[in-house]
Amino acid sequence: MTTEVIKNILRFILLVLLQVIIIQNINLTGYVILLPYVIIIIMISFETPKLMVLISSFLLGVVIDYFYDSSGLHASACTIMGFSRYYVLKYIAPRDGYDIGVRPTVEDMGIEWFLRYAGTLVFIHHFFLFYLEIFRFSEFFSTLLRVILSSIGTLSLIYLIQFLFFSNRKRT
Amino acid sequence: MKNLFAFVLKHNFIFVFLFLQVVCAWLMVQNNGYQGSHVLNSSNETVSNIYQTAANTKEYFYLKQENDKLALENSVMRNFLKMNYSILPLTEFKKDDTLYKQQYSYISAKVVNSSVNKRRNFLTINAGANQGIEQDMAVMAPDGIVGIVTNVSPNFSSAMSLLHKDVRVNCQLKKDGSYGPLIWDGSDYRFCSLTDIPTHAKMKKGDTVVTSELSGIFPEGIMVGTIESYEKKENESYFTIKVRLHADLKKVNHVYVIKNRFKVERDSLELNTQKQIDD
Repeated sequence: MTTEVIKNILRFILLVLLQVIIIQNINLTGYVILLPYVIIIIMISFETPKLMVLISSFLLGVVIDYFYDSSGLHASACTIMGFSRYYVLKYIAPRDGYDIGVRPTVEDMGIEWFLRYAGTLVFIHHFFLFYLEIFRFSEFFSTLLRVILSSIGTLSLIYLIQFLFFSNRKRT
Repeated sequence: MKNLFAFVLKHNFIFVFLFLQVVCAWLMVQNNGYQGSHVLNSSNETVSNIYQTAANTKEYFYLKQENDKLALENSVMRNFLKMNYSILPLTEFKKDDTLYKQQYSYISAKVVNSSVNKRRNFLTINAGANQGIEQDMAVMAPDGIVGIVTNVSPNFSSAMSLLHKDVRVNCQLKKDGSYGPLIWDGSDYRFCSLTDIPTHAKMKKGDTVVTSELSGIFPEGIMVGTIESYEKKENESYFTIKVRLHADLKKVNHVYVIKNRFKVERDSLELNTQKQIDD
């Protein structure tokens, strides 16, 4: 149990540093903005109480805000994401619920389930993030394009990162 | 009352969510506005130190380009050395015994963090109040303007870069003198648009755009960029010019912060005048 907590804290620090030091500097036109740090919210285990998910997503958002100079923006989008995670999980649950000890990874849940789950959450996060950032309607369609393209980019990165950081397989 | 508590407790998930959203909204409103004090920002010491470490590492990769740039700048500076000028016979000159007053002074600093891919981009620089930086000072790189200081901590400060949706810098065409605000439309970090240029202004592709004295914080005539293209939209009596920025905001490393020594005087004068008009 404690090792799992320490592991999670290490993953949190590593992923935040990865986001703010390396990925923040990747620039693929103004339309593709990569924010794979949200994988931290996606990968929280099924058994975690929903209130804890909500509060940890808020804290994650605040940490990212410190680095991104965007007070409140990422916190707000992350909180919305942590909130909707509960309902998304409920909506796409398998018939007999989630097994104990299973993590929401591709290995455990299959690729189709994972893409549906992560895709929905990433889209929700990016949608609120970009519209709150611009906060006007005059750039509605260009912002929508940003949301869609960035979601695709972030999702593909998340797919890769979860193999790196969240693999259950014992290495021999 | 008891029922109300029971209701809140039963739906605690939603109420906690709403509460957190209100906190976020408050944070965002705090941050809003041109000079609003940021609650969360990267001039915080811990965050700045992490960025400083990352920037120090990255600096090694750009040493060569930076050296080239500095050498070039040195050679330009050398031209101003006194020893390169021969003294003209005084009889040809009538020189009044008047001193020049220095209006702008420069503080050099290094960028420890910057971004170009958001709608509001900021730079963090490693000079702050202890080095004499104040809010609203201009920031320029050796090859062009970069941004405006918004927040100052003792040893760091953060500046809005030109690539921020709220930045307006008054610029003018070097040849023609027509001026207008320079804004960023958010699509490409290499280009900004100069708007409100009257249709009778003469320009062509490649002309230079420089800062204008009207901005109040930049000295007149600092390089901004060159004209990439220009167009007149229907129903508008103004040109909108696409300006290719001369400073590469993706690579900016050494910057100078410009202090306008007469800013307070000028601002208070303008404010008083405005007040008289309003009364």
